[in-house]
Amino acid sequence: MHIDWQALGTVFGVSLVATVGLVGLFTLGIVSLSKTSETSGSAGSAASAGSAIVARSGAYVCFALCAAAVSYGIYLIVA
Amino acid sequence: MEHLTLLLGIVIVTALVFDFTNGFHDTANAMATTISTGALRPKTAVAMSAVLNLVGAFLSVEVAKTISGGIINEKGISTEVIFAALVGAILWNLLTWLLGLPSSSSHALFGGLIGATLMSVGTSGVNGNTVVTKVLLPAIAAPIVAGLAAYLATKLTYRIGSRTDEKATAKGYRAGQIASAGLVSLAHGTNDAQKTMGVITLALVTGGVLAPGANPPLWVIVSAGLAIAMGTYLGGWRIIKTMGKGLTELRPQQGFSAQTGAATVILASSHLGFSLSTTQVCSGSVMGAGLGRKGGVVRWSTATRMFIAWGLTLPAAAVVGAGAEFLTRQGNVGIAAVAVLLIAGSGTIWTLSRRKPVDHTSVVPDAEAEPAGVVTTAIAAVTPPPPAGAPADLLKATILSPGGTAPEPTRPATV
Repeated sequence: MHIDWQALGTVFGVSLVATVGLVGLFTLGIVSLSKTSETSGSAGSAASAGSAIVARSGAYVCFALCAAAVSYGIYLIVA
Repeated sequence: MEHLTLLLGIVIVTALVFDFTNGFHDTANAMATTISTGALRPKTAVAMSAVLNLVGAFLSVEVAKTISGGIINEKGISTEVIFAALVGAILWNLLTWLLGLPSSSSHALFGGLIGATLMSVGTSGVNGNTVVTKVLLPAIAAPIVAGLAAYLATKLTYRIGSRTDEKATAKGYRAGQIASAGLVSLAHGTNDAQKTMGVITLALVTGGVLAPGANPPLWVIVSAGLAIAMGTYLGGWRIIKTMGKGLTELRPQQGFSAQTGAATVILASSHLGFSLSTTQVCSGSVMGAGLGRKGGVVRWSTATRMFIAWGLTLPAAAVVGAGAEFLTRQGNVGIAAVAVLLIAGSGTIWTLSRRKPVDHTSVVPDAEAEPAGVVTTAIAAVTPPPPAGAPADLLKATILSPGGTAPEPTRPATV
């Protein structure tokens, strides 16, 4: 009997890394987005406005990467 | 199409019915957690899933030329065998739906094929090694891989997001969850609708309508896609209830982790050559996400019943498939009898399901403080009647026949 341990191992590794990575990325995006809404709520100095912009663009980078992962998923399904 | 015989017509209709049960049996995979965390309203969720299943059916150009993945030798099988296999798969799907247990529709189909082939050609028609490597091993691996991935992802998301307001982030998690649920639906449409297309195509080939190796005609693709989409839209609310609320209580973060884990594992496994059952992956990731939250609880009584159903799926569908094949070999009368039994069995299960209806109102998120035991006890209360009722009788009726004849299966089929 031939059991394809390598394929099983690959599925295991890829799934773990991709899931944890994606969820982590998405959570980072959500967290930094919620921080910007907190800081913009308080009367912001220039410094906090600057950090809000950084956090916001960081969040968008995170979401863009997640969107790329979803597109890759759709590509996998279609291909 | 002028060569369509009555038997072929029956097989095609039965295959579409299987596709339909496949649809409503597996709605839960993509949408159970989405509904239970409140990301989508129940009707919206099933509608979205149905549309994506339909789209998925048309997406893939890779044709399901082998429906069984080498588990049985498809060359020698006749149209009757396919019919018998489908009967076994449909009845098992309906029974597990009645009990609200998520079980693999593919395994049910494999089981029916194995049983019917054993009865028809004998052990030479079934590839035992492939059964182990394609069914048993994945069945053990799927929930572990998906569960572990969802567990770690849940841990991580709680750690990173520990200092944020849960209400502020819930919306984001829900959006993410809808995206990953959509991926699962799409993948399901391409895989499972293709499976039915493969069955119908195989039936057409064995019936001599299509040349061997032909692609499914357009009407097959359209009807298979529509059948699975309609089944999905109907919504297997019983199974959605078990997966969304019966196994564990999920918050938006967990729902997102579970669904992302499921989508990732399904895509990774189907493209790295180690196919895992969608149902088992999703159940595993739900449990993993349940355990990943501090204080999260998995209801092991429900989980145990689900594991038992997984173990039984293949043999049970095989026994029904074998019994049905035994009957169909008796000629037209036998085929008619199997058809009548199928309709009677489905009717009985449906009637039983009306006693304790579970619909879209039963699956929405509860007001916060629901005691942990309620769903479990409710499910436990629903469970007792069916095994004693008519499905069991029906099973007995079909089990009886192979019992007497199973020991002499080496004879070549005379059908």
